Formats: sequence, C-alpha cells, structure tokens
Amino acid sequence: MGVKPPEAAVLVIGGGIAGMQAAIDLGNMGYRVHLVERSPSLGGRMAQLDKTFPTNDCAICILAPKMRECFDHADVTTHTYAELVELTGELGGFKARVRLKPRYVDTARCTGCGECLFKCPVKVPNEFNMGLDKRRAIYMPFLQAVPKKMTIDASRCMQLTRGKCGNCAKVCQAGAIDYAQREEMLELSVAAVVLATGFDLYGAQALTSYGYGRIKNVITAMEFERLICASGPTHGHLERPSDHAIPDSVAFIQCVGSRNMKHKPYCSAVCCMHATKEAILAAEHYPELKPYIFYMDMRAVGKGFFKYVQRAQSDYRVTYVRSRPGEIKEDGAGNPVLWYEDTDSSRVKSLTVGLVVLAQALLPSRGNDALSEIVGVPLDDYGFFRIEDKLLRPMDTVRPGVFACGFCQSPQDIPDSVTQASGAAARVAEVLAGQAGKVNAA
Amino acid sequence: MNEAARIGVFVCHCGNNIGGVVDVPAVVDYARTLSGVAHAEGNLYTCSEDGLGKIAAAVGKYGLNRVVVASCTPRTHEALFQSCCEKAGVNKYLFEFVNLREHCSWVHMKEPERATLKAQALVRMGVAKARLLEPSAEVGFAVRPSCLVVGGGVAGMTAALNLAHQGFEVHLVERADQLGGKLRLLHRLFPTGQRASVILDSLAAQVEHSPNITLHLGSELAGLFGYIGNFKANLRTPEWDVELEVGTIIIATGASELPAAGLYRYGDLPGVVTQLELERRLKESRSGLGNVAMVLCAGARGENRQYCSRFCCMNAVKNATLLKEADPQRAVYVLYRDLMTYGVEAEEWLARSKKLGVRYLRYRPECPPVPVGDGKLSGVRVSGGGLGADIELAVDTLVLITPLVANQGSPDLARLLRVPLIDEHFFLEAHVKLRPVEFATDGIYVCGSAKWPCDIPESISQSLGAAAKAASAMGGRGRKVEAVTAVVDEQLCRGCGVCESLCPYSAIELRAREGGALLAAHVNEVVCKGCGVCGVACPSRAITNRHFTTDQIGAMIEAALADLR
Repeated sequence: MGVKPPEAAVLVIGGGIAGMQAAIDLGNMGYRVHLVERSPSLGGRMAQLDKTFPTNDCAICILAPKMRECFDHADVTTHTYAELVELTGELGGFKARVRLKPRYVDTARCTGCGECLFKCPVKVPNEFNMGLDKRRAIYMPFLQAVPKKMTIDASRCMQLTRGKCGNCAKVCQAGAIDYAQREEMLELSVAAVVLATGFDLYGAQALTSYGYGRIKNVITAMEFERLICASGPTHGHLERPSDHAIPDSVAFIQCVGSRNMKHKPYCSAVCCMHATKEAILAAEHYPELKPYIFYMDMRAVGKGFFKYVQRAQSDYRVTYVRSRPGEIKEDGAGNPVLWYEDTDSSRVKSLTVGLVVLAQALLPSRGNDALSEIVGVPLDDYGFFRIEDKLLRPMDTVRPGVFACGFCQSPQDIPDSVTQASGAAARVAEVLAGQAGKVNAA
Repeated sequence: MNEAARIGVFVCHCGNNIGGVVDVPAVVDYARTLSGVAHAEGNLYTCSEDGLGKIAAAVGKYGLNRVVVASCTPRTHEALFQSCCEKAGVNKYLFEFVNLREHCSWVHMKEPERATLKAQALVRMGVAKARLLEPSAEVGFAVRPSCLVVGGGVAGMTAALNLAHQGFEVHLVERADQLGGKLRLLHRLFPTGQRASVILDSLAAQVEHSPNITLHLGSELAGLFGYIGNFKANLRTPEWDVELEVGTIIIATGASELPAAGLYRYGDLPGVVTQLELERRLKESRSGLGNVAMVLCAGARGENRQYCSRFCCMNAVKNATLLKEADPQRAVYVLYRDLMTYGVEAEEWLARSKKLGVRYLRYRPECPPVPVGDGKLSGVRVSGGGLGADIELAVDTLVLITPLVANQGSPDLARLLRVPLIDEHFFLEAHVKLRPVEFATDGIYVCGSAKWPCDIPESISQSLGAAAKAASAMGGRGRKVEAVTAVVDEQLCRGCGVCESLCPYSAIELRAREGGALLAAHVNEVVCKGCGVCGVACPSRAITNRHFTTDQIGAMIEAALADLR
C-alpha cells in the first residue's frame, strides 16, 4: 500500500507559531499551503517574548529558525501583509480572496539593509515594543523579521500622505521604493482552511483601581517583556517609566481582568508561568531586586512547571503571595503601593514596590470578529472560534473543512498551540482523504 | 582531491552593514592574493538577483570549482547561495560561508581598521577550508508507509484512526485484552459531560472495523531494531511472537493512577475511596455515596511527588457537579490547595458547581485534612483556609484524588526505544516548547499522558499532532539525507563504543567488521544529524564529520593564526 502525495492546497490564516507549525506540517505532508499573515512579518506574539518558560529558552532564538523554515518551505507560500477578505465554497473546494496590501516597497529588490531607516523623518510608536519607543514610517517590525523586507506605513509616510519627502527612495541603493504600488487581490482555490490568529491583550485601564495609565510605574506583562529583552527599547535594562531607575522590587499581579466576572470570567492559562518567568528574569538581571507574585491559584500544571516555581522561590528569591490586591496607590517617590488581603493570615496589608507588572487577561485576536463573518465560523461568548465537539474534535470548527488551533480557539501556551497546529494538520489530511474516498466511490 | 581548487570569493557590502565599517575593496584585494583564489569581487548585495547572477557568471568565466561568499549569516542565506552554486554547476558542499556581518562589522563598528584586518582573516580561514572542500550527495530514502501505535487508549485509538483514514497501514498494540485504557474506568468526561462508555464503544468499533488497522490485543512491544523508515518491531502476543516492519512509531501508553495505599487511612477506613473508584460507583449507580468530600493533591505536590498532575482539579469539579446535580440535598466539599481550572470550560464548570452549592475549602500542605471515624468514615477535619478554627465536615465518602504517575513499565519501554525519560519517568520530548510530540530520535513520536498527565481533549490534540508527524515522515514528497554526517575510519576504530553511548540520536552502533569478530562503530547516515559529538569523543580519532573534517577545521585554525607566526 502506498500513499500518494496529495495535490490539494490548504489556506492557513495567521503567521504566529501555531500558523507556521500548521503550514510546515501540511507542507511536509505534501500539501500546497498558502499562509496569510496580516502584519509585515511572520513570528506573531512569540517574537515579542524575551524568554520562554520553563526552560528559559530565548524565544526569538528558537522562533527565528522556525520562521525561516516556514518561509523557505518549498510547499508553503507565505503572504505577509495580507488579509483574507472572502471565503466561499465548501470543504474540498473553497475559493479564497486574499488582499495583498501595498508595502510601497518592491520586495524583489529590497534587501532589508536598513539604509532608509536612518533617513526617514517620521517617528511612530513602535507596536512591536508595545509603544515604549519609536519606529520610523518605513520600517521592519523587528530585527529578525521574515521576510527581511521594509514596509512603508502609508498612514504616516509624508511622501504618501503629503507628497513631500521621498528620502527613502533617494537613499535606497537597491531602487526598491515604489510609492505608486497598489494593493493586489489574490484568488486561491483551497480544499481546507486552518485558523491560527492568536491573541490580543485586554486593556489594563479597565481595572481602574490598579492605576494603569495613571500611575507611571504600573506596566503590563508584555511591556515588561520588551523592557527585559536585550533587543527591546532599553536593551534589556529594566528602567521603570517614571525616572528610568532600576526598581529595587517588582510586584507581579495575576488575573488582571481574567477570572473576573466583571471582565473576563475565564483563566488565560499562561500568566502564572509567564509571571514566574518574568520574576526569574528580573532577579537574574539584578541580584538585589526583590520580586513578588500576587496570585489567586498558582496554576503550574505543565511539565516541569512546579519545579520552575520552586526554583523561582529557592534560587531567585521570588515571594508568592496568595492574594488579589484591591487597589494600587502611588507614594511621593512614584512607587506603587499595593493594598491587599493576605489570605494566609486574613489581614489587610500594604506593600510598596518600585514597579508593578499587571498580567492582563489575554483575549482571542480582535480580528476574530471580522474573520468570523468572512469564514463563516461563529465565535463563543468571549470571541474564541467555536469548536463543535470540544472533547473528541478539539480543532474542528462548526464549518466543515475549517479548523482552528492555538489561542484563537481557547487559552493555551506555546507547546499546546504547536500541538494543536500539528493536530489540525492531521485533521485536514484525514478529512481530505475522506473526501477523496467519496469521490472515488462515486 | 583530484582537481586544483579554483576559488571565487564574493565579498558583500550588505549596503552599509558591512561596507560602512569594513573596507570591502581591501578585503577583495587581499582575497586575490590567497592561494587557490581564481577570482574575487565585491558586491553591494550579493544576495540580490544581480549579485547571484554575478556568482553564476563568474563560475563560467573563471572556471570556478569552489565558491566563498563573505556576507551576512548562514542562518538566513546559506540555502540561497548553495542553490545558486548548484544552478551554476558547483556542488552545494563546495560552497563556504564567511560571516562578515554578525562576526565582524556589527560587533566592531567603532574599530573599522581592525575590523578590516579581522575580515581579511575570516576570509583567509574560509578560503583555507574551501581548498579542502569535497562534493557530497544527498540521497533519498524510503519510509515504509506503516505505523506502529503502542497503546490502545483514547490517544492511541485516535492516532491510529487518523492515520488509517489517511490511507496508512497501522498496527495498534494494546497490552490489555481490550481497547480503551483509562476510558474503560471513567463515567462522564470533561469538558462535555459525554459518557465515556459511548465514546469508547464508538472509537473501538471504528478501530475494529478499519481495514487499515491491524489490532494486536494482549500484546507487548518486546524488541525494536532499525531506524525511521525501516523499524523492525517484535511483538509478544498471547499466541506467538510477531515481527512487524514499520516506518514510524507512536507511543501512547498513558499513565497510572497513584495507588492510595497509606494515604488518608485508605484501605483501613471504609468510605475512603480513590477517584477511579468514585468514577466506577458513579458509572454503576449513585446510591450509597451520601455526603462527599474530595481531597485534591492526595499524594501529589509533596515530598515524594512534587509535580501537579494537571487534569485532576477539572475532573474533581466535574464529578462534584455531577454528584450535586444527581442529589441536590447531598453535601459536596472539595478540599484543595490551588484550583487548577485553567482555560474557559474549567472555569465555567467551577462557577456552575459553586452555583449548585458545591463548597470549596482550601487547605495548607502542612495541615492536610484528617479523616475521622471509627470502623467507618464519619467525617473529615479541615483546618486553615480562612476558616479561622478547625471544622469537621460530616461526610460518608472521602474521595482521594491522587495524581497520575508514569507506568511502571516506562523505563523498560524507554530503554527499548532508546528515548529519554524525565525524573518522574514520563517520556521526554525533543523540545518542550516547539517539538512537543516528537522524540529527538527520528520516526518515533509521543502523545497523551505517557508524556505528561493531560485531559482527553489534550490527549486527542497530541495524538493528532503525533499522527501529523508520522504522516509527514511516511507521505509527503520523500525525504533526503543531509550529507553532513559522521564518517568512521574502520582502520582506526578500536570498537570502544564511546561514540555509541554518547550519540544523542542513536545513530551509531557497534557492529562486527566484515569477515571478522572485531567490532567497529557504524554510523547510520539516515539518522545521523552531523552534530559532531562522536568525533570529539573518539579517542582514536577514527570519526570525522563530512564538511567539517579535522583537516578542514585544522586548516582554518592554521589560517586564523597565520599572521601570528
């Protein structure tokens, strides 16, 4: 018995770790894959992380080869800066329309050398660094971006908005700048679709008592991630916003908006370990720094997680306090002051720290609302893609031939997302084999 | 080496990245002086269409048989330049990369003159190696489209069915004389509340009726030889031993509930039961349970077993809910340390159970709950947890929720497969973050609670993930072996076996030499990743790595130190 390479094409939406893994597996199984990513680069959220729990592997160091593998895969065509706008048809015979947004840069010519960056006069908050520094109107989202090509932010570029500047075109020795570039529409025939749109962050401002946006030295976990990262805006120095001083203590507050009936009732599933990792990193960078983690339940459920928490306590001086602080105030020196009930002693206490890091709830990608309409897959109460049978078919959406993996369908960490991505690829193959069987039998 | 080396050196400015620091024309001029160099040039961007065209043109014009590109990083550009060489008629293994950006211009931005000297030294090293490069070929190999799935629980059945539906041949081996594993012992399942027996019957019927699945019940894997694509597996079946030839293997052997003996007076005091006993009672009938308390982390997260078994909280919340739904008058208590109800459904079940009146009380590890009763359980005493004083809950049943532990046979199975275990004897995957269902050894995959305790949806996701990996190996467009592998010189090998014991991929074994009893190391090139561990360890210097031979590396070191002479 032999198994012939399948000829069908599959569409993957989202170029984060889940989407890339699904695309690579489908490509390895012999399918032609079209991967559509709306930002200019592959990588997704994982690219923004400094290190990963529980091994403290550098995130970009293990992600970059994966980005390369996906982009260079002979059977995977990566469409970055692109969006799905229409999906018609059914399992085995979908038609997808994909909009390729204009980068105003000829990617065949651009070598990603970066000359243009120095000459662009426009500064824009850098979303990759959570707005903590500025990028230019022509930019590459991050150093290790794949493809290593520039993109012009059309809404901010002076040449495109006001018709004057043209600096990037002048300095580009490769002749890659093309202000006249137009969007293109791609028509794809695909047999199945895998959704992998990942997560967004709940606005920490919504929890007014924590003072995010008002108290300078209250930041979010993703902001911390960029601050502690060597390639971040402070080159890995944990400079707190108010005075750029290194804090002597940091309090991490868990369940900020999650497990909260007024905000998001569900558990985001990754923050306990994420905070543990960030506390370890802070302690590693600064041997004098004292980290605290305020938690409700310490959900160290994965392989090696509990040992990681123990190591945080024994080797990195991390103090775990079982409590959800009620309020954060600010003292005269800009230090946040936490008021909380110590549930072990049932007493109300306060703690003054140099910096507070909020583990805000993670949401399914905000793009899911629009995508849900396009792909015809309903969302659940919280905006996750709805899964028909959560027990036996954990990656099958209600629409036959459309699968969902990773955080866009339920809260989960990186290994679980990677697992689901591979699993979704297996389901695609299984379902398409069944289709082929039906055709043969007919 | 038969022909004289005619090396072309292409030095890249990389815009200003290299050219802004290093004096590229000086490096090009220097390269021309090196022995074996037939041509050298500088390019603004060697990786551009224009730059690649110049490499191809120079190969023809100057009769180049080696190519050195001094530019950015092989991580992103090696494959590009290799394929350019191949197209121009130069074997890809006759290409050498010199990193002038990360290794030079970026790190020596403030010292341009010394950076130029270093760039010349790096090029000198690259050329020295290029002189000794030899062509190699990547050969294809076949992977038998047949998979051995070990374990007939929900993970194994799911993986087997997926592969069978894809058209692959599957051998499903189950130690027990029926399919199902833990599914046979469960009542209703998290998160949907479906009956385990219904799920089991459906899966088992599909497996039994699948024309592509051969079922081996009451059977065990007793021996394994070979490698990806060509495994030979010996099965011990009730009747006789069977030898199977398969291309891939999926391990789905699950885990076991920790026996409760010695915990919370289990065995002495009637009324103290385990989680699986509760499941059985729920399955058969709900009568006789009365008021129920559950102790989470019984035998877990303590001195002996420090880990959290991941799914037990959810299972307890589910069972507490079912108990309360069946009899709202019944008191149901859950005694916990941390509630691990991660995700969406678990929190929903938790909220629902609280609404129904299930009471959750936290206890501290230093003062665990104490069963009370003389001859028969009458209650459980709980202290701490914000209660102030100790309280005694009147209950008729105390359910001990013990963790999943690795199967007793795991170490034997791991030895047989030559794959690693973690301290707790669960299997260790190739990479906990990015390769969660693969072993470092090609062709063997792992899923379900054999790897780490998990619930059924997670187990199914993992088994499908493992099936995807196996299908990739067996199907797709065929596989090729990278030519950078270890090579043994049998003349020098003394058969000590150091390499065999160190190889992380099980690619080396000692074999009898042809026509003699003496042993020599043998490298399986399909499995070898060319990591070089064996070559470093070999006391006889009998092992060398293709493309990184001792002579080549030695020549580079000589070249690096040349100006110190």
